[in-house]
Amino acid sequence: MRLHPFRLISVPITYTSGEQIEVYRFSIPVTVLVPLAAIFLQAFLPLRFPFFSVFELPLLVTIFFAVARRSQVAGLMTGALIGLVQDSLTHQPIGLYGIAKSVVGYGASSLGVRLDVENAGARFLLTLFFYVVHEVVFFTVARGLVGLQVAWSWPHEMGSAFANAALALPLFFLLDRLKQKT
Amino acid sequence: METFFSRYRNITILVAILFAQVLGLAVQVRRSSDSQSARLIRVWAVGAVTPFEKSIVWAQNSGSHLWRNYFYLRGVRQENRDLKYEIERLRLEQVRLSQDAAQARRLQALLGFREQFISKTLPAQVIGFSGSELSRAVYIDKGSNDGVKRDMAVITADGVVGKILHVYSSASLVLLIDDQTSGVGAFLEGSRLQGVLSGTPAGGVVLEKIMSDEVVQPGEKILTSGGDRIFPKGLPAGVVTGVSRSSDAFLNIRVRPAANLGKLEEVLVITQQEEKPPPADQNTSLRAVDILANRLPSVPDQPPAEAGHHAADAQFPVPGAETNRATGEKPANAQAAAPGGAPAKKPVTESAVPSSMQQPAVATQAASKPGARKTVTPKPALPPKRSQTGAASPVPSH
Repeated sequence: MRLHPFRLISVPITYTSGEQIEVYRFSIPVTVLVPLAAIFLQAFLPLRFPFFSVFELPLLVTIFFAVARRSQVAGLMTGALIGLVQDSLTHQPIGLYGIAKSVVGYGASSLGVRLDVENAGARFLLTLFFYVVHEVVFFTVARGLVGLQVAWSWPHEMGSAFANAALALPLFFLLDRLKQKT
Repeated sequence: METFFSRYRNITILVAILFAQVLGLAVQVRRSSDSQSARLIRVWAVGAVTPFEKSIVWAQNSGSHLWRNYFYLRGVRQENRDLKYEIERLRLEQVRLSQDAAQARRLQALLGFREQFISKTLPAQVIGFSGSELSRAVYIDKGSNDGVKRDMAVITADGVVGKILHVYSSASLVLLIDDQTSGVGAFLEGSRLQGVLSGTPAGGVVLEKIMSDEVVQPGEKILTSGGDRIFPKGLPAGVVTGVSRSSDAFLNIRVRPAANLGKLEEVLVITQQEEKPPPADQNTSLRAVDILANRLPSVPDQPPAEAGHHAADAQFPVPGAETNRATGEKPANAQAAAPGGAPAKKPVTESAVPSSMQQPAVATQAASKPGARKTVTPKPALPPKRSQTGAASPVPSH
């Protein structure tokens, strides 16, 4: 019998079958208000605390919802909507964050189907990885499709990735309390 | 039988969503930047976020106001004393600067300059950030309901901040000068070289379009040139922090913005600008013949009675006249030292100056007397005159 490569890799940290993976849902107020709160804080806190601009709260919320729901379409739609609203607060063309977060939402939910992402280590690595994916997609679209001059610095990006991954741990812990089992 | 769509349903949806967004991007990029096509989602997003921001800023300001104005009053008396001393010092300085300003306005009037005046401003509170490092813009709590319009200039007491980019009913988006899509007409204060101030992708500010063979020193101040028709001329824009040669024909001039763009709290929106000649009170009495007279030798003294009559009209201290008084000489071309006069000219000799030219000289001489009031109330220094033909001869505008 030939095993799926993902199953081989994820044996220590995943459930052995899809039926055993817990799928969560969220109430409508949580579904609407949590992303809005993340976007609001992202737009408000850097004014008072400039260092906060290294964080990407809407991205963290996208990853959390995508992983918890474990549905690729739901993750994709969540990422697209959050990204589009985030785009609409900027003066850049709408769709830059939308595309980047769509990809992240789809990817995070795809991993969530296969991996156990409930423990802190997995969450840290997942956020680290998807932050870089998000920035790469955003950079590519902004530079390649829109023609914007975007600065890219690996040290800065990796520093931000680690900062976001660190923030994701307590944030996901708080958001876990809003989950509802199906 | 499993269809293609059901088998690859998720990836198909992903591709469709991405394609739709790429298509949307292409449409937006193809159209002009001020297109209204994407306005609706922006209005919804701003309408959803800004009320919270306004509420928090209001609560924060109220708390701060209450604390500072009702509880934390330590050192207020000492501060009050210091401020009074400062006011006295500034009053003296104001008198001196008023003379310089008046003289500059008269010279501008002679050359037909039209000044830009900030006639109306609207204070606004910064309530939010765009949320993206790529988009350097902030939201203020004033919108179209308050009279804000697109492309209005936004400043602080320190210097220029940006311009209004999008206007909503109760909020507006201000594009900061350090955004890569912004551009402000500016010039170097010392060398008067003109360039364009713009942002960089990394969030810095540079002065562009200065040729590489020019000499620019760090520390030189940069002012707005008014050429962009948004910012009035002469506002502080920044200071040169570094200069290097680039690969093209222009210098790479790095600039530190005059306003602290990282910590904006309150700003002023310039809602009305006027372009007009310098104030009429400064040039009503100036005619070509008066200017010509200033270049001629001065006139003899007037009788004391007449001098005393004109003393009441004196407005400013007259340095030139005081010098003459100290040396015991008669004021030489006193108008030159008065607010309405041109720079001081040669010593006095008797000449064939028309009698109509004598009065201003006497008036200014009277102003130099110790008893003359020193106020800054604008008033014509020279009485209106008629030319020898009897017709008014206004200063020709260029």
